[in-house]
Amino acid sequence: MTIEMASLVGVLGLFLIALYGLLTVRNLLKIVVAMQILLKAAALALVMAGAASGQLSLGQSLGVTVIIVDTVTAVIALALAVKVRQRCGTLDVRAFSSQRG
Amino acid sequence: MLYALVAVVMLFCGIQAIRAVNLMHAALWLACVSALMAALLYGLGAQAVAVIELSVGAGLVTVLFVFAISMAGDAPIPERPVVPKLVALTMVGGFAALIVLFSLPLLGNGSPGLESAFADVFWHERSADAIAQVVLIFTGALTVLGWLAEPHSKPKRVFTAETEAALRKEQRL
Repeated sequence: MTIEMASLVGVLGLFLIALYGLLTVRNLLKIVVAMQILLKAAALALVMAGAASGQLSLGQSLGVTVIIVDTVTAVIALALAVKVRQRCGTLDVRAFSSQRG
Repeated sequence: MLYALVAVVMLFCGIQAIRAVNLMHAALWLACVSALMAALLYGLGAQAVAVIELSVGAGLVTVLFVFAISMAGDAPIPERPVVPKLVALTMVGGFAALIVLFSLPLLGNGSPGLESAFADVFWHERSADAIAQVVLIFTGALTVLGWLAEPHSKPKRVFTAETEAALRKEQRL
């Protein structure tokens, strides 16, 4: 198996795992974990596409962009989760439907 | 063969990150995913991105998760998923089939482009991306500082119905 095929399997697998996680988990912090896995799949896909097409530098540039966006998204999402926990007393997304006020 | 093993172990760590009940374990499994992805990126020839992924993904993001978990707590949440697991697995299987169906014919169709140095592409051709990233980082940092700063007045707390009932019961006792 070549490195490109292994990366393709990795990209597809990570994407599907993240999708399953986003559909099933109830904890806000675990949702952020699933989102992180999804964005890692995107970054790996971009670099892999760059390597396969002979434009690795362009793929790396786009991959760096996705990693930065991924990190900033994680920072903001985690801060939001902490504030939600402080205000609502829970991280369970199902419980938010019963919020009042 | 080695890279195939790395990819399989990376997927195993991803599955464990989603399945883990303890949030700290989930954060550590995510760090393993980042580290193994950095190895794949290095194998693809993207050394710069591999180093960034290892330091930021496996390092910084893990520290952020540990920090957030220590502030928010890791009280267990009942297992009943938002979407039933069978439905979720069926949807995931369907998406997998669609992706394989539509993307396999595209493999091998790309024509190799002209390769430039990473620094030239990043700082010159994609300079707008670099500026946007700097702005994004500062925006994110300032947003989080604003949210997590000490409030001037005590914020109005909004509780779920169950939490409110439990608090009222405590006050009566």
